[in-house]
Amino acid sequence: MRITRRKALQSVVGAGIGASLGPLARPALAANKPIRIGLLTVLTGPLAEGGIQIRAGTELFLKQRNHTLAGRKVELIIQDTGGNPAGAKTKAQELVERDHVDMIFGPYAAFELLAINSYLIQHKMPTLSLAAADDLTSRTPNPYLVRASATSSQAMYPLADYAARELKVKTVDTIADDFAFGYEEVGGFQQVFDDDGGTIRKKLWSPLHTPDYTPYIAQIGAVDGVVIGLAGSNPVKFLQQYASLGMAGKHKLLGGETAADDALLKSFGDEAVGFISACPYSASYDGTQNKDFVAAYTKQTGAVPGLNAATFYLNGMVTEAALHATGGKTDDRAALVKAMRATSFKDSIRGPFHFDRFGNVVGNVFMRRIDKSGSGLVNTIIKVYPNVSQFWTFDVKKYLATPNYTRNGTPAKLAQNAAGAE
Amino acid sequence: MNLWLILAVNSIALGGLLFLLASGFSLIFGLMRIPNLMHGSFFMLGAYLGVSFLRLGAGFWPAAILAGLALAGTGAVIERLLLRRLTGKPQAQVLLTLGMALIVADLCLMLWGGDPIEVQTPAGLTGVVPVFSVVFPTYRLVVVVIAVAIAVALWLMLERTRLGAMIRAGVDDPQMARVIGIRVSRLFSIVFSLGAGLAGLGGFIGGPILSVYPGLDQDMLPLALIIVILGGTGSLAGALVGSFVIGFLYNFGQALFPDLAYVILFVPLLAVLVIRPQGLLGKLAP
Repeated sequence: MRITRRKALQSVVGAGIGASLGPLARPALAANKPIRIGLLTVLTGPLAEGGIQIRAGTELFLKQRNHTLAGRKVELIIQDTGGNPAGAKTKAQELVERDHVDMIFGPYAAFELLAINSYLIQHKMPTLSLAAADDLTSRTPNPYLVRASATSSQAMYPLADYAARELKVKTVDTIADDFAFGYEEVGGFQQVFDDDGGTIRKKLWSPLHTPDYTPYIAQIGAVDGVVIGLAGSNPVKFLQQYASLGMAGKHKLLGGETAADDALLKSFGDEAVGFISACPYSASYDGTQNKDFVAAYTKQTGAVPGLNAATFYLNGMVTEAALHATGGKTDDRAALVKAMRATSFKDSIRGPFHFDRFGNVVGNVFMRRIDKSGSGLVNTIIKVYPNVSQFWTFDVKKYLATPNYTRNGTPAKLAQNAAGAE
Repeated sequence: MNLWLILAVNSIALGGLLFLLASGFSLIFGLMRIPNLMHGSFFMLGAYLGVSFLRLGAGFWPAAILAGLALAGTGAVIERLLLRRLTGKPQAQVLLTLGMALIVADLCLMLWGGDPIEVQTPAGLTGVVPVFSVVFPTYRLVVVVIAVAIAVALWLMLERTRLGAMIRAGVDDPQMARVIGIRVSRLFSIVFSLGAGLAGLGGFIGGPILSVYPGLDQDMLPLALIIVILGGTGSLAGALVGSFVIGFLYNFGQALFPDLAYVILFVPLLAVLVIRPQGLLGKLAP
């Protein structure tokens, strides 16, 4: 940890020196100056673990490509936002105005991206983010955004489909973090679950910083399942307290992409066995590329990659393919984003994927179940929903015309085009 | 109804845990007149150190005691080397504790990583016990017993020993205490160390309930502040009452008024500040 931190510092310091030379040196080097990628991540504070995974995924990709994409050297400039909107704004400005980066990888959290979204649009900055805020690739699209992970609700549609059709779950209570990501996850689940004949009995919203979930767990009623839309370390706390109240086995536990991330498995105890979750990436996906990725990542960091690391590795792949298409040119920002959004992969660490016209990914969503494996836990893939779009099987026009999911509202009815996934 | 019973029992259990956090905070606040903004950090650091002792092969209870002692030592060092130099400058002292809180948070991130760590409930206490018509985790009830034992021990110390009498004198009127020959600065060291140790012990004992994760410090510090302001600074009984009041408010508030989860803890605080600014059991400042 100490070494990686120092490395981050070095690259920041290095970037500073590079920038101070910038105006003088640039004309002479213009012919083959390196491509600059600014990485907005979180290395300090409560969100740091996810941010460190983001950095590891990005660095692994660049190391494997010898820091060269489409014949051009790549310089990675890492900035720590501290996991808050003000920090994201400051660091984004530094990257754009001082370091003159060609594109930004990140930021991590939705509220960070929302804080800098209009700034990024104003500067026509190609942005490859993990932040899941639904609207940014649909109702109020950022034309420079490319999202290779998913919107908040995207993986919840197949989860609801799977719960209703295959697990025959009829009633659920939900518990989610009390912020936009939680509303969009639960809203997405409800949208499909209602259509499939299921009922949400109670929606519980817990503040992001909830030390003790017991008051919420005590409110869970006699339902078939509990949908968990918690992020960060909250799922670990929740499940531990759920089990200690003697609730284990009383409900089917269903989770979104952050609730049972592969990187969290080492933190869970046996109480997590049987937990079913939906995620656009899974370390246990047995594609060749993914096997190599997991092996290399594990060797580099000593840990299994989850959605955070995988998304930024994918961002690297998308960037590389787009640069091949533009002949290594990055000057025309609009053309670069267009090339990124036009990339399409027959295989990747998450299987085949491409982008919709809003720059949001269309690809696999994995249903996984946590099983015991030796002394630890593993996410076993139990079903793959291919080609899942942020619009599921809804009519896109209708979807865009309805308001986004909210805390207490019931989603407007959107007829699904066909039964289940296609 | 089961829900209410579970909430009631859990309120007491959470109150017990909060008391371990708040008792030391209250003593430090009362004697040294500063809110120790690194109290949450002591809580988190104790939890992390306890986890390391567990990994080194210590049993759960030895690890808890070691974590408490380690934090008592840390507290003494910080008081002697840093806070002591700023005697008489409360703003500087508060700023120092805030800065130290940030340093401790990043230090923990470097040493223990950012992944949440589950602390396993000690063997033999993993089960549930029936309480009236509901079942309740045994471990949480044990935490209440520990909290009560510590409350009694602290009370005896404060009321029945010479040291306790000196601390009470220091809380009531530090200048007069100095005049009659009490070395108040030494009391500062003792109380700060004791408070840090209690918080560290509480952090690890809270591990099987809360788990350990970056940000635990920031989750706990506001609770300590609320409890102490509610109960009255420098009053042990106030900390005890405040802990259980907050335990009940937290549990019932979140169940009854889920949309007010953020403010529910602050409403009674405001009421108390308006009606009884010194806190429920606090004395008016001299």
